[in-house]
Amino acid sequence: MKIEETTSAIVSEFESFDDWMDKYNYLIELGKSLPLIDEKYKVESNLIQGCQSRVWLHAGFDGTLVHFTADSDAVITKGIANLLIRAFSGHTPQEILDSSTEFLKEIGLTEHLSPTRSNGMLSMIKQIKMYALAFKTKAAMGN
Amino acid sequence: MNVKLHNPDKGTDPEAIRADFPILSRKVHNKPLVYFDNAATTQKPQAVIDALVGYYTGLNSNVHRGVHYLSQQATIAFEEVRQKIQHFVNAKFSHEIIYTRGCTEAINLVAASWGKVNVGKGDEILISGMEHHSNIVPWQMLCEEKGAVLKVCPLHPDGSLDMEAYAAMLGSKTRLVAITHISNTLGTINPVKEITRLAHEKGITVLIDGAQALSHMKVDVQDIGCEFYAFSAHKVYGPMGIGALYGKEDVLNAMPPYQGGGEMIKSVTFEKTLYNELPFKFEAGTPNVGDVIGFGAALDYISAIGIERIAAWEHELLCYATEKLSADPAIRIIGTAPEKASLISFLINGIHPFDAGTIIDHMGVAVRTGTHCTQPLMDGLGISGTIRASFAFYNTKQEIDRLMEAIEKVKEFFL
Ligand SMILES: Cc1ncc(COP(=O)(O)O)c(C=O)c1O
Repeated sequence: MKIEETTSAIVSEFESFDDWMDKYNYLIELGKSLPLIDEKYKVESNLIQGCQSRVWLHAGFDGTLVHFTADSDAVITKGIANLLIRAFSGHTPQEILDSSTEFLKEIGLTEHLSPTRSNGMLSMIKQIKMYALAFKTKAAMGN
Repeated sequence: MNVKLHNPDKGTDPEAIRADFPILSRKVHNKPLVYFDNAATTQKPQAVIDALVGYYTGLNSNVHRGVHYLSQQATIAFEEVRQKIQHFVNAKFSHEIIYTRGCTEAINLVAASWGKVNVGKGDEILISGMEHHSNIVPWQMLCEEKGAVLKVCPLHPDGSLDMEAYAAMLGSKTRLVAITHISNTLGTINPVKEITRLAHEKGITVLIDGAQALSHMKVDVQDIGCEFYAFSAHKVYGPMGIGALYGKEDVLNAMPPYQGGGEMIKSVTFEKTLYNELPFKFEAGTPNVGDVIGFGAALDYISAIGIERIAAWEHELLCYATEKLSADPAIRIIGTAPEKASLISFLINGIHPFDAGTIIDHMGVAVRTGTHCTQPLMDGLGISGTIRASFAFYNTKQEIDRLMEAIEKVKEFFL
C-alpha cells in the first residue's frame, strides 16, 4: 500500500470517533499493541529526547525498504509511534522523503505537533525522514 | 497609576477575586478552565492589563533621557516601581533593585559580574539538589570558565534540604551559596535565613532564587540577610519579560558592570568610560518600561489583597488537595517536607506523567507534567517526571475537586 493510502485509511478511522475520549482510547490501544522493539535497540543512540516521554526509534534498511520499530515509556506516545510506523515502515527512502505528515493534523493530533517538545512526535517524524535520507545516500553510494 | 481592584472588604472571596482575572472565565476543550500551572506563570489581573495598555496609550517614551514631558513622566513611573519593589521585598535602598528580564537573567548577572571577580580556580559554589536549571547552568558555566567546582547539597527523602550536610559542605573554598527559596517541583520552603546565617559565619556570599517565593509569602531580604535575591514578575501576577535582582549596595558597588551600552555609563570617550552609579550601572540599554509599569500594578494588586491573606488561603488549598490526593492509594505525592508552598507534585500508579497530563488537559485542567526544569532532581529521585498542580489565591476547592475527577478519568483510561 502507498503511504498516502495508509494515511487516508488512518484519517477515516479517526473520523469515526465522536469525542476525544474515543480517540485517546484508540491511541492507547495502539500504544499497547505496538509490536515490541528488540531490547538491544533500546539504547541511548536510538533515544529521541522529547522533553517529557522517552522514545526509542530503530530503523533497519534491507537495501530497498526501510523498517521502523519503536518504543516509549508513555502509552499515548507509543500509540503515536504505532501510527507513524504503520504509515512509513516498509517503504523506500524516497517514498518516505516525499510523503506528507498532514494526516496528523487531519486526525486532530495537532496538540502533539506543536513544537513545545512536550512529546517526541515532531522529533520522531524528523528522525524518520533523517533515516530515510541516510539510507538513500547509503544506497546511492553502494551502487 | 490607577489600580482597579475588587472590593477589598470581600477579603479573599474567590468569586470577587476571580472576576479580576479575565482569563479565568474562558473555556478549554469546551470546559471551564481550571488553571493549576501557577508555578510556571501566574495569570494577570485586569489591573495589570490596564496598566500595560495605559502605558502604551498614554505614557510611552524613553526613560532617563528626554527633558520632554512624557519622558519625565515615564521616568517617574519607572522609578516609582523600583521603590515599590524595594518595599515589597524590604530592601534598604531602591538602588539595590536592578531590573532584569527575569529571575534567570538576574542569576546570570551575578554569575557573570560577581563571579568574574570573586571566583577562581579551585573555588567552590554550593547549590542544592532541588535547583531549577536557571540556578544550575549559570554556575556550571562559571565553574567551567574559572576552573571552579560545583557542589550539590543533598536532600532528605521528604524533599527538605539536609541542613547537616549543608553546614558540613560550607568550607574554606566555598565562595557562594546559591539556593532556591521554594522548590518549583517539590514545594519545599527552604530555611533561607538559617542557610544565610550559616554561610555568613564563614564569610560566604549567598544568592537566593526567589522565583517561586514572592507570590506566596512575605519576603524580607534584610531579614534573610542574603547578598542577592532573584525573581521574575510573571510569577507574581505581572508581565513576562521583566524581573529583578536585589543586591546589597556594597556588594553591587564592588561588582564590574554586566553589559555595556547606553544608560550604564557616566561619560564615554574612546579611551575610557566612566560607569554610572547604581542601579544604572547594571541596566545597559533601553529598559522594558511598559512591563516594569505592569509589574508595579501587580505588586499594588497583591499588596491590596495582602500577602498574608493570600498565603493563608493558598495554605488551605494545599491542605485540601493534599488530603484528597493522600486519600487515593494509587497516588504518590513527591515532596512531603513539613514546610511547603501551595504546589503538589505527584504520580499516579505507574502511569507516565505525560499520559496522565494529556487526559487531565482534556478535562479542562491545566497542570504541568515533566521534569519542571529540575532534571537532576528527577534523576536523583529515580523518576522521569511528575504531574504538578500549583495553586494561586484565585483557585478554589471546587477546582481541586475537578482535578480529582480528572484523575479518576486518567485511571479509567490507563489502569
Ligand atoms: C525555582 C525557579 N527558579 C528560576 C526560574 C526561572 O524563572 P524565569 O524563567 O522567569 O527566569 C523558575 C521558573 O520556572 C523557577 O521555578
